[in-house]
Parts: sequence; C-alpha cells; structure tokens
Amino acid sequence: MRRTARGIAVLASAAIALAVAACGNDATEAPQKTDPAALSAELTWWDTSDPANEGPAYKQLIADFNKTYPNVKINYQSVPFGEAQNKFKTAAAAKSGAPDILRAEVAWVPEFASLGYLYNLDGSELLADESDFFATPMSSNKFDGKTYGVPQVTDSLALMYNKKIFADAGITEAPKTWADVKTAAATIKAKTKKDGLFINAGGYFLLPFIYGEGGDLVDAAGKKIVVNSEANVAGIKVAADLVKSGAAVKPPASDSYGTMMTLFKEQKVAMIINGPWEVNNVRNAPAFGGIENLGVAAVPAGSAKAGAPVGGHNYVLWSGMPQEKAAAAIAFVKFMSSAQSQAFLADKLGVLPTRQSAYQIDSVKNNAIIAAFQPVVASAVARPWIPEGGQFFGPLDTMATEVLIQGKDPKGSLDAVANKYKTEVVKDYAAS
Amino acid sequence: MSTATATPPARTSPPPPRDTRRPGRLRRSWDKHWYAWVMVAPVVIVLGVLIFYPLGRGILLSFTNLTEANQLAEICTKSITGSEVCKPNPSAWEVVGFDNYVDLLSGRVGEFWRQFGVTLLWTVSCVVFHYGIGLGLAVLLNRPLRGRGIYRVLLILPWAVPAFVSAFAWRFMFNEQFGVINTLFEAVGLDRAEWFADWRTALLTAVVTNIWVGVPFMMVTLLGGMQTIPSEQYEAAEIDGATPWQRFVNVTLPGLRPVSMTVLLLGTIWTFNMFPIIFLVTGGEPAGGTEILVTGAYRAAFEGIRNYSLASTYGVLILSILLVFSVLYRRALRKQGEVW
Repeated sequence: MRRTARGIAVLASAAIALAVAACGNDATEAPQKTDPAALSAELTWWDTSDPANEGPAYKQLIADFNKTYPNVKINYQSVPFGEAQNKFKTAAAAKSGAPDILRAEVAWVPEFASLGYLYNLDGSELLADESDFFATPMSSNKFDGKTYGVPQVTDSLALMYNKKIFADAGITEAPKTWADVKTAAATIKAKTKKDGLFINAGGYFLLPFIYGEGGDLVDAAGKKIVVNSEANVAGIKVAADLVKSGAAVKPPASDSYGTMMTLFKEQKVAMIINGPWEVNNVRNAPAFGGIENLGVAAVPAGSAKAGAPVGGHNYVLWSGMPQEKAAAAIAFVKFMSSAQSQAFLADKLGVLPTRQSAYQIDSVKNNAIIAAFQPVVASAVARPWIPEGGQFFGPLDTMATEVLIQGKDPKGSLDAVANKYKTEVVKDYAAS
Repeated sequence: MSTATATPPARTSPPPPRDTRRPGRLRRSWDKHWYAWVMVAPVVIVLGVLIFYPLGRGILLSFTNLTEANQLAEICTKSITGSEVCKPNPSAWEVVGFDNYVDLLSGRVGEFWRQFGVTLLWTVSCVVFHYGIGLGLAVLLNRPLRGRGIYRVLLILPWAVPAFVSAFAWRFMFNEQFGVINTLFEAVGLDRAEWFADWRTALLTAVVTNIWVGVPFMMVTLLGGMQTIPSEQYEAAEIDGATPWQRFVNVTLPGLRPVSMTVLLLGTIWTFNMFPIIFLVTGGEPAGGTEILVTGAYRAAFEGIRNYSLASTYGVLILSILLVFSVLYRRALRKQGEVW
C-alpha cells in the first residue's frame, strides 16, 4: 500500500517534471531546452535540512531530476544547519570549496549577497514566474535592488497545541489573544494539572509579542533603531507576565528549546509557539498521540495585531561557480523549486511550499496541517533584509533570558539591546 | 698600526695559512654544528609559520577595523546572465590605531571586564580544586593498598574521556527539568535548582565539570612527583617522631615543590583558556553571564559578520595577561630560590 503510494508519487512527479521541462513557460526559451540530455555538468549541493528526517526526500527529488537530466550529476552533501553559514563564508572567501548550490536560511541571503558571494539571478529563467512566489519569502532574496535566490520553503511561528489537553480542560477554541492564552492556561492547570504554555527563551520566539503591539526591531527604511520603543516594552511585558503569573512554564536558560519540545511531546505542556519544521518531529513522537492530536492556530494577538516573523530557506548559487555550469544549475533549482517538487516535499515532510500554485495541488489542499499553517504564513511579517539581519538575534536572546528567566525589567533590557545594535550591529542607524 | 700597514699587501698575496686567520665565530659554529642547525631548521620554520607569523599578523590586525564585510577593497557581483559589476567597497577596512583597545577596555563594545572577572574566578577556583583534590588523591594512592591499580585506572578514566563528551554529560546531569542532579535534590526533599538561571550557579556547573575533567592529570603528575621523594627522608622523619601530618607538611610538600610549581603554572594557563568546557556546558548562559575571555573572543570572531580585528584585540589582551602572569610567577619563584 505504502509502496504503491510512493510509486505513484514518484511517477507523478517525474511525469510532471517531464511535462514542465518539455513545454517550458516561454516560447523564447524553447530552443535552449530542446534536449535536456545535452545538458552536462557536475554540481555540488549543500543541503542544510535534517539528514535523517528530511534528507531522503531531497535525495528522491534528485533522482527524479536525473530522469530528465541524466547527464547532470548532483553531489548531494548534507551540511548541518548550524555549521553551514560559517562553512560557506569561509569557503567562499577562500574562493574554493564552496558548493555550487546552497540551501540558505532567509537571513543569510542579504549577508552573503553583500559580500559578493552569490550570483545575481536577474534576467534568468528562475525569476520568469517570480509572481508565483509569495511576496514575503521572495523579499528575503532581494538585496540592493537585485535578486539572489529563490524561496525553497517558508515558515513562520504559530500556536501549536495539544487537542486532547484542550478537550480535557473543556476548551473548544484556540486562544486568539495573549489574554485568552492566560485564561486558557489557568483552566488547563486547574482541570488537568498540566502546564499551559511554554515560551522558548530566544529572541526569535519573542517577536510575536513585539509585532503584536505593532513594534519592530529596526526601521530599515528610516535607518532607525526602534527595538526599545514603548510598543516593544509593552509586548515583552506581556511575555514576562505570562511567565511570572505561572501561565507559562519558567524556561531554563540552558537548552530552553529542547526542553520545550520534550515537554510538548510528552504532553506535559499544552501550548507552544513554534513552526512547521517541528511537525514531523511531533508526528513521530510516540508519547504525543499522533498528528491528529496536534492543533495549529495563528499566534495570539497583542493589542495591535497577530504577527509572527517569516522564516525559511532559499536556493542560492555561489558566485564562484563557473559560468558554464549556470544552465545546469538553473535547471536543477528550477526543478527543485517547482510547484510539483514543493508539493512532494509538503506531502513527505509537512514543510510549506513557497509557490501559490503549489497550494492548488490536491495533496497540499487536503493536508490539514498545511492548511492550518497557510494563513499564518500569508500574514507573516518580513524581517529587515539587511546584511546585519542575522546579528539582531544575539542581543535579543540575551534580553529574552534576562526578562523571562532572571525577571529583569523589560525596558532596561531592551535599552541594552538598542545600545548593542548601535555600537556593534548597525552603527550608522539612529538610536531612538 | 703595524698590522694596518701589513694588511693591504696581504689581500693581493696568496691566502694566508689557516692558523693565522681563523674564521669568525659564526662560521666556526656552523662548521662544527651545521648538522644541529639543519636539524632545528624545520622546527624554526614551522614555529615561524605556525606561531610567529599569525601572532604578528594578529597584533597588526588589532590596530585595524577589519571585518568580514569590509575586507575586500571592491565587491564584485556576478550575474548569472554573464555580466559582472564591481564596485569599490564604500566601507573598506582601515587602520584605526588603538580604537579597538579603547572600545573593549572602556566597555563600549563587548563585556571585557565582566568576562575578565569571570575568567579570574573560574581559573582560581578550578586550579585550587584541581590541585587540592589531585594532591589528596595522590597521597591516598601513594601507599600500598589493595587494588591500587584498579583505583588508579578508575581515577584516570575522566582523563581518557574526550572533554566534549564529559561536557555534554555534565550539562545533561545539571539539566533543570530532566537532569539527575535535580532529581536527586527532589528525592531528598530539596527544591529543584535553576542551575543556569544565575551566573554563579551556572559557573559552578562549569567548574564542577572542569574539576572532574582536570583532576586526573594533577593526580598522576603529583603521584609521579611523590615517588621521586627518597624514602630515607620519611624514615628519618619517622625516627625523629614526626606525626603523619608533620611528615606531609615537612617532607612531602617540599619534595613536591618543583612538580607543583610547574603544574600550577600549566594549570593556570590551560584553565584561563579552557574554551570547550564553558562553551559546551553553559554556552555563556545566562545572558552571557558565564562568558570567559576566550569564549568572548570566539563570539567576536565567528558569530554574525566576523569581526577579525576585535577578535585579534581580544587575543592580544589575553596573551598580554598571561605573559604578565608568567613573568610575575617566575620572579616570585626565583625569589624563593627556585631554579627554573
């Protein structure tokens, strides 16, 4: 049964890939791709996804790609996500050893592009149907008016909850605001003796509280640091209050994220704020009770709105790749980011496609978890896509620890973050 | 005067006999010891390439504002369609004199003084416990007892385990939710401790780990030292009616001095720069509270856009601190009549 399903999936994606390759989008490009077999190159791809959970699906896609392009050899290399950024920068700076194609986290792209490490893709086939990609994930590929990548997967934070605990506590609807969360947590504690919420003590996971009050980290257009604005202080206070009041578990300073996932998978805490990349992990957790027990809702709103940061990954091409390989690399990235490939990955891994057309494919349409995440992603807030974007999180993590764990005053901690941004991260921005 | 007038003709005349004009000191030394020079040459070259060149470069870098983002004079953007645009880097690196030192030491950038304080506390507590416990265990093992070999093997075990494995094991034992230490606390009726919520308890977890990792070395070294103390000294002391404590203080400790002084200096330098334990056990948590100087330097060098100049400045300062310490330590030893 499973085998036939997989067979059909492989056949289907291969057939679609053939169809895509054969018909093409524009008549002008037709002569270039009359014969995919004529394309011959050897390409290295650094995949930064989890090698055990996600790697096999990507390898399968590569096999499908080779059915159309038999002479393009893809050297698949799994590079741990935590190491890839430094490894790539070291190799790119040394002009040797970097992969031709990299799966880069959204915040890396402007950084790499500003250093001249990436090919600018303007005018290539990859951007021919750019409007099909969601605007927010696409925006992470732009730097200085040029485009340097195509979105691979997108994600955002959502409220993930345990349906069984909700039912035991008599809660019928996912909380819509942080105030609702507090009430729900109290009910859960009273009726089931379990903890209501776990907030990971990391800067990224506090962004919904900041966006919820209409705040942001910096105003990139106005070149202004706004991280210690009143809206942000109010937002962080909400988070601090959830912990202080006992609605949320007090997170540990060491391995807060791992603790959150363990407690959630063992059904000891009812709600967490996390993204679709953990869906497979939760699905496979024996103590959780399967994917049917997982509820997904938009992050709760603050006084202004409900907002979560956009995350995800993009395909980028290393500028050190010889120009002769460009056609093959484009064909590969085009195949991997096609709606059909994205639908295949959504099916297998539960990750979210970045193309609007992928959501028209039946398997994606009928996937409950993806359907639940889709509005979350559609309303995700773009981060400031500047080369320093990744450096905003070190100081924010410190703030999260100080406020949530050590009980320090949010205003003072946010002022310290603003000061760090001014002295170390975006020195030419105005302090507020 | 007469030699001066005699020299010019000598130049035109055939070479003088060997014994009247002996070759220079260097030449003689080369003739006699050339093989020794050849033997050391690889070491000198390797030291030069691996140590002195990077050291010199590091010192030079600390006077610039070089980072990964401004290292190139021009940044080229290649287009996949074939064109390439090169623009001069608007913020290319430049020499900034002592700015890095001023920034770092005045606390404008980074947390140098807090890290320095933590480093001192960390080094002193680790070395004191290393030495104390190592000495205690060495004394216990330095006498005939049943199963001594087994004890020795067991006590050396922590040393055989790679440091990162020990670090992960201890971090997990101190885990606030699932760790065995908090479970024990609960079993005896105590509250769970939030180990990583306060920098002092977080530092304690790292110190405990490092003690576990470092004691075997001290123990083995001191045990070796003890075995070089002639047994006649103990016999003489015993005949004079010395108590065991008196023997320890007046025979063992003085006999160990040469070994102790060396291991204390080594231990101090190692602990001062002990990167993996801090990095893996506490990760600098909470909020950078247990960061020591080397982990601070690492973060400057490898996190975000790499700040080579700031990391070099850290490096130069760390080296200076250790140099000053070593010089003072040697001087103190010399004053006490230690030949070193």
